[in-house]
Amino acid sequence: MFKLWATLTKDVRVLLRDKVGILLMFIMPVALVIVVTSIQNSTFQLMNKNKMVLLVSNQDTGKLAPQLIRAIDKIGMFRVSELPKGTDSVTLSNKLHSKEAELGIIIPKDFTAKVSERAQASANKALKSFGLDADSIKTKPGATSPINMYYNPVLQEQMRLSVDGALRSALQLVESRETLRDLYFSINDKPLPAKLENEMLSSKTAINQVPTSRNGDRLIPNATQHNVPAWTIFAMFFIVMSLGGSVVREKVSGSFIRLKTMPTNYLIGLLSKQIVYLGVTMFQALVIFSIGVWLFPFMGLPALNIPADVAGLILVTILTGWCAVSYAICIGVFAKTQEQANGFGAVSIVILAAIGGLMVPSYVVSGPMKTLVNFSPLHWCIEAYYGLFLEGGKFTDVVTNIIPLIGITLLLQVITVIGLKRKNLI
Amino acid sequence: MANVAPAVNISNLSFQYPGNEAPSFTDLNLQVAKGERFGLFGPNGAGKTTLMNLMTGLLKADEGTIALNGVKVGRHKYRVNRLFGFVPQDFSFYQELSPKENLEFFGAWYGLNSRVIKQKTDELLQVMGLEDVRDKQVQQFSGGMKRRVNLAIGVIHNPGILFLDEPTVGVDVQTRHAIINYLIDLNKNGTTLIYTSHQLTEAEDLCNEIALLDDGKIMAQGALDTLLKQHKHNDLEDLFLNLTGKHFRDDV
Repeated sequence: MFKLWATLTKDVRVLLRDKVGILLMFIMPVALVIVVTSIQNSTFQLMNKNKMVLLVSNQDTGKLAPQLIRAIDKIGMFRVSELPKGTDSVTLSNKLHSKEAELGIIIPKDFTAKVSERAQASANKALKSFGLDADSIKTKPGATSPINMYYNPVLQEQMRLSVDGALRSALQLVESRETLRDLYFSINDKPLPAKLENEMLSSKTAINQVPTSRNGDRLIPNATQHNVPAWTIFAMFFIVMSLGGSVVREKVSGSFIRLKTMPTNYLIGLLSKQIVYLGVTMFQALVIFSIGVWLFPFMGLPALNIPADVAGLILVTILTGWCAVSYAICIGVFAKTQEQANGFGAVSIVILAAIGGLMVPSYVVSGPMKTLVNFSPLHWCIEAYYGLFLEGGKFTDVVTNIIPLIGITLLLQVITVIGLKRKNLI
Repeated sequence: MANVAPAVNISNLSFQYPGNEAPSFTDLNLQVAKGERFGLFGPNGAGKTTLMNLMTGLLKADEGTIALNGVKVGRHKYRVNRLFGFVPQDFSFYQELSPKENLEFFGAWYGLNSRVIKQKTDELLQVMGLEDVRDKQVQQFSGGMKRRVNLAIGVIHNPGILFLDEPTVGVDVQTRHAIINYLIDLNKNGTTLIYTSHQLTEAEDLCNEIALLDDGKIMAQGALDTLLKQHKHNDLEDLFLNLTGKHFRDDV
């Protein structure tokens, strides 16, 4: 026990004097979690609060173009900015290049005429199907000129598709309204009353978004709740840079030669490193969670909601830290140089984070990658954390994630011992 | 008188590094009696460090046996490791720690309790002239001071046998003198010294028995005076060149 205590004391002293290592383990992950959460929060705000600027060049002089613009405005996703009449595609493109906006549309000059023509044709078809008289000429309308949507190529595909969907729904509303008006006029010889029009066109069925949390909370997940757990895990695993390097440094330095000639098993040295660095990972989590809870609100970011099952959170954090430490030691035992440990360690953590669902949600992954996801310890860590942080679950709800995590950790420990034995280090 | 086991007894030792064409040792036999100050000398690549690594259990012999105080190396690892101290050629400690902190840690790994560690730490820091810098990080020290820290760690548990691999390399005359004197004092208190060096003059200052090693073979062994008389040479350097040749030995 005294040997372990002496080794713990030594490891803590060596760690505290490694200023660069401490910087890597604490300052960088904290900066990362703040930056990524801020950026993702901006995206969230863009979709929900900060509207995207949409430049509109209306070349139509008819009545339907203003209706379309009003319909787009009512969607709530855009801040519509109308350009002077006659603004062409070149001018619009230049405005997008100069970052005045990311999006722009040109309503063609025959928009009202063509939509009206189509609406009348649809109304005539409907009348015919009712067995009523209709003007046969207007059942075959000409092709409608498209509305061109111009976008900055930096706009992500997901965003572009949602913009496209929003514009289509506005367009459909205008076209349906026109068809309805024509149909009503053809039957009743008088315009459709506004009240009836609204009643017929407005959606009667509301869509309620309900997060299916286990504890019944209706808190809407936000960028903080997604990012803080994810980047805490990343920070914990990133100690491979310090711990893996420390194992290699000890191995290649003269001190290891002396340790091998002493009447003490080197496993005590590794046990001590595990305890010390497990403490480091706990402290990392404490610091990052504290920043999420107390500092984020001052930065205009949503505060982190700590799960109700605090004991479960501590247990998951300990197991995550233990896995991270086991991974780092395993890398350190097999690496021959500090450069190898740092290089492989850093790259492998980024890869494991990517396939594990820290960067892209694992539910969007398909094919062989879906199987690969299961081999990333970070996947099981993030699933367990999300179970607590986002789904409002308890430890018992995330046990199915914890079992593979413990399995991977034990496997890493066994591989480490085999590596030490093969290298005649124990 | 009871038959006392030698401090080091090497019998029919064979060893070859994996991938090397030639063995480092074949059927090597060597005995070092208890209480001796034994010097192992030889040109670069002669096998001095390899032999020391085999004696300390860092390398495993292919054939033959090595016993320290009658206990076989490799078979009783932790029992054997208690018998000796080792001062490697490289600085073998934590540069981030102070000499006091290094001695506390390595003392614990030698199995000493905290009271003995404190007593030995104070004593060794005093003897090695490191009292004033006991709490400073070793990485700030000069080469000579680091050599003294290296030596202090190797003797903190009062070993019966002390292996020293070039303990005075790169130090000034004062430090070399201090180290040699300390080792002689240690030997007077019963520690057997097994010593390698390039410094042939140290053989005269320190060793009461030497062995000249070349190409994995013992070329000569005995007391220095006896060897010089036997081979009709006036000093060790002449004897050394005569037995090992004048060509360079640095292999790539």
